[in-house]
Amino acid sequence: MASEFAVEMRDVVKRFITPEGNEMAAVDHVTMQIKNGEFFSMLGSSGCGKTTSLRMIAGFEWPTEGEVYIEGNAMGHTPPFQRKVNTVFQSYALFQHMTVYQNLAFGLEMEGAKEDEIKKRVGRALEMVQLTGMDRRRPRQLSGGQQQRVALARALVKTPDVLLLDEPLGALDLKLRKEMQLELKALQQQLGITFIYVTHDQEEALTMSDRIAVMSKGQVQQMGTPVEIYERPSNKFVADFIGESNFLEGKIKSLSKKEASVFIPGLNVEVTGMPISEGMVKGEEVVVSIRPEKIRIADKDTKSNNMFRAKVTNTVYIGADTHVYVDVHHTKLKVLEQNRISRLDPKSFYVVGQDVWLMLMPENTLVLKKD
Amino acid sequence: MNPFRRSPFVLVATVLVYTFLYAPIIGLVLYSFNASRANVTFEGFIPAFSERVVMDGSLVKSSPCGPFHWYCDLAKNDDVAEAAGNTLTIAVVATIVATVIGTMAAIALQRYDFKLKPFSQLSLYIPIVIPEIVMGIGVLTLFSQLFGWVNESFNLSGDARLSLGMATVTISHIAFMVPFVTLVVQARLQGFDKSFEEAAMDLGANEWTTFRRVTFPMILPGVMSGALLAFTLSLDDFVITFFTNGPGSTTLPIYVYGLLRRIITPQVNALSTVWILVVFTAVLLLQLIQNREQKQHS
Repeated sequence: MASEFAVEMRDVVKRFITPEGNEMAAVDHVTMQIKNGEFFSMLGSSGCGKTTSLRMIAGFEWPTEGEVYIEGNAMGHTPPFQRKVNTVFQSYALFQHMTVYQNLAFGLEMEGAKEDEIKKRVGRALEMVQLTGMDRRRPRQLSGGQQQRVALARALVKTPDVLLLDEPLGALDLKLRKEMQLELKALQQQLGITFIYVTHDQEEALTMSDRIAVMSKGQVQQMGTPVEIYERPSNKFVADFIGESNFLEGKIKSLSKKEASVFIPGLNVEVTGMPISEGMVKGEEVVVSIRPEKIRIADKDTKSNNMFRAKVTNTVYIGADTHVYVDVHHTKLKVLEQNRISRLDPKSFYVVGQDVWLMLMPENTLVLKKD
Repeated sequence: MNPFRRSPFVLVATVLVYTFLYAPIIGLVLYSFNASRANVTFEGFIPAFSERVVMDGSLVKSSPCGPFHWYCDLAKNDDVAEAAGNTLTIAVVATIVATVIGTMAAIALQRYDFKLKPFSQLSLYIPIVIPEIVMGIGVLTLFSQLFGWVNESFNLSGDARLSLGMATVTISHIAFMVPFVTLVVQARLQGFDKSFEEAAMDLGANEWTTFRRVTFPMILPGVMSGALLAFTLSLDDFVITFFTNGPGSTTLPIYVYGLLRRIITPQVNALSTVWILVVFTAVLLLQLIQNREQKQHS
């Protein structure tokens, strides 16, 4: 292959004119390098620029500034039909006036493939998505899940270098969506082609991706593996968007190379040994982020460091976990307890008003810059 | 239960509406079998017991065609055949041209933003809202001025001289049909998801192939209804045709009008009945085709 990167966006800007006549940057100086064979996700809420970025790779939109490269080649104003990428649309965009077979054959006919070759490749693609025997049906005669598979097969039958997926599972129900997530991931590994996946569902992105770009307001907030994104969010937006977190104001009291001692007024305590990111200085006002599942609750003081007394204000049982809301010096915290043992007797668990001890492990907390 | 369902008002309104809609048509058909030549009162059906047509005053006593006397009369009328031929030729040619232009205009208006777009959209309504007679006089003035100038500048004489005829009628019909087609196709395009076209291009189809294989088949029902509307408008157009026709381009409405001015015989009714039957069959067929297509799609 010509390039190490399947797709590269270099400093891409896309500006639109809003109906009110204002200029708006849907994509604002985005740079991404997507490696060959990678499952790459763009994650963000609507309007974050993820779909526009994908459309620029597909060729439906052209960048206002910057350049998109596919396999090392600058795309410029290359039309979609001359790019070796294929798209699975959110609405599937299946041709209603054609049968399933005709839908799949369409792309191969455009390549000028011979009829028996088309037949063979369409057959294989249908087999791959487990729709063998459905070739005479019309898209409208299929269920949502089947239509989704046809859309996938129609793109994959072209054997693209890169497959672009624009929220392809958005219209499916939860259970089917989870099944398809695993299936898509398995398919990607089996075929070895690059997937670029756009979604607003963080769980989906975490489940499938090798790497994720978290986007907001047209900019990439953080790019990294699911573990990096979750465990080491680079700013408060990412920490808040991915998973849940308790945010506490703090002030750096002293710091070494990689650790800091932070005073948290809300808890009226100074926590030592917190990991910090670069560029922080002594005395800086910061935000301390603590994931709910990373706080431990104990019935009594184990006399270790970083223990606080707290009062249980509410508990919510949701099957696999219980959310315990506690109050520490009028600061509210959320703690997630896994229900490792079945507790039929509600009294065997934390009750509202109970005094408990919280244990905070500094390595499980994050010190983030204030916005 | 809907309280209006049983209301006497609904019944009365229904009867009135159907009466006003269909009584004239039923009367028209009935009078095409009239024994009276005068066509004012119904004098009964014409019996068939003679090889010859027997007339007594204004009454037709007997005819080899029986009650269908006026239809036989009509079939022998070469002027009617010619007028029907002209009408169909004009309608078919004008419909094809107007549908192509109107569809292209609708797609352009849907897809592109340009400076004069609001003006173009508005200008579509003008031929629809202005009185037909104004448009008729307008095109007549245009043609006579233009033809006069061309004939004079190029010194044309005899058959080479440009004059009113089939061509001028057809061009005028196209001009007033285009906005109707555009508006009907535009309505169809309103809900058109552009991701279908993007998908086609994504799969390797260029703009033209995308239009031919994806866009056009999807908007075809809209194009067909636009074409049908245009076709019927052309078939029964009188005013514009009246101003723009010339020797040899008499259409059925013009011919019927001519008949009425001389003598009203039930031949006119017979002609109208045939006309109604043809249009009715055409609409029915189209409906059947559309129904079958819808069944295939769902």
